Amino acid sequence: MVVSVPNPWLSWDYVRDNWGDITTALDQHVSLTAQAIGIAALVALPLAVLAYGRPRLAGAVLGLTGALYTIPSLALFAVLYPMLRDRRATVLVGLVMYALLVLVRNILVGLQGVDPAVTDAARGLGYGPARLLLTVQLPNALPAVITGLRLATVTTVALVTVGIVVGYGGLGQLMYRGFNSQYRAEITTATLLTLAVALTADVALWLAGRLVMPWARTGVRS
Amino acid sequence: MNDSVLEQALIWLNDPLNWSGRGGIPALTLEHLGMSVAAVALAAAIALPVGVWLGHRGRGATATVVVANTSRALPTLALLFIFAATGIGFGNRPTVIAAAVFAIPPILSNAVTGMAGVDPAARDAARGMGMSGARSLALVEVPLALPLIGAGLRTSAVQVIATIPLAALVGGGGLGTIIVTGFANRRFGEVVAGGLLVVVLSLAAEGALAFGQRALTPKALRGRR
Repeated sequence: MVVSVPNPWLSWDYVRDNWGDITTALDQHVSLTAQAIGIAALVALPLAVLAYGRPRLAGAVLGLTGALYTIPSLALFAVLYPMLRDRRATVLVGLVMYALLVLVRNILVGLQGVDPAVTDAARGLGYGPARLLLTVQLPNALPAVITGLRLATVTTVALVTVGIVVGYGGLGQLMYRGFNSQYRAEITTATLLTLAVALTADVALWLAGRLVMPWARTGVRS
Repeated sequence: MNDSVLEQALIWLNDPLNWSGRGGIPALTLEHLGMSVAAVALAAAIALPVGVWLGHRGRGATATVVVANTSRALPTLALLFIFAATGIGFGNRPTVIAAAVFAIPPILSNAVTGMAGVDPAARDAARGMGMSGARSLALVEVPLALPLIGAGLRTSAVQVIATIPLAALVGGGGLGTIIVTGFANRRFGEVVAGGLLVVVLSLAAEGALAFGQRALTPKALRGRR
């Protein structure tokens, strides 16, 4: 095959002519990521808190999440799709699982890292278990929680692209189309947009972390 | 519905035809492992010397964190497609290179952390005994950093084995082909069977490496994790 047509890495014409496709893919990508992280966070918090009180359960949870995380995303989507028979649900469930693993681990490690002297002091002041958790332990674990959220979000944004195996990969869909037609501008544009989404989400979460942790602003950045 | 897909997967896995020949499960598994070893070796050849040197000099901690975070945001598939659009082409080679690129950060950051964490007293003692800088590096500092370096290699190996299936999307081999071919032909039993095989391989590799790391760690250093 002789390529005589110019095949630039970046092309404004491409962006203009395919604006609709690009925004659709971007929307799919962002909404999948947001939903996955939201659901994962809602499930991970109680799980981590539950495991925190029981050291044996915590060990099991850490071991299990570590092992589950080694499962390749392609394989997970492959096993989920025939059971769910829905493209979006398959990708979403897969993403939630991976995000869940990262989040449970980080929240648990954050809770375990709370200075025992602090919890002792709170208990000495007469704090009950619930109040201790909400006003002392969770705020102290917040840096680790935010780190976990950032890590999970950035990984999820990259992971969405593997969804092309079931035909629902957000910006990955554009990459795949560009790959199949050997059109470089489409691959590069989608890649840069994916990086931009990841970076934006990361910075937004970092800023949110600074907002909810005013005490950490002068301290060492994590 | 679930049962039938799982049943189909079991039937596919029990078919002797799928266990022999060039496209058979053993051949694909070997190819998968071969590609993984190549990718980890390539990544280690680059990341280990750099990481050991950076950690030894006590520099580069911030830089490695930045590298690791950026690489996490870049989808492996994007790199594969970009490779396909350049001279590197399709198939196994670009996948090995892409997997190696993503295997570098864990090896690098663990080597840097391990080397930087060596007790300065041990380094001083080595110098005090008259060891040259290179001898102290080879005989004292690297052995002390070995558990962390090993952990980095283990993380990257498991990650590479999980990445290699993507090769099938760009015309390469390995166990991913079973999944991708199954999807293309809408034979979902085959898809599930391929997925299960990859899962089993990943978990087995993780287990074997965890065991190997434990066996290779000197007794005195065990239990410190």
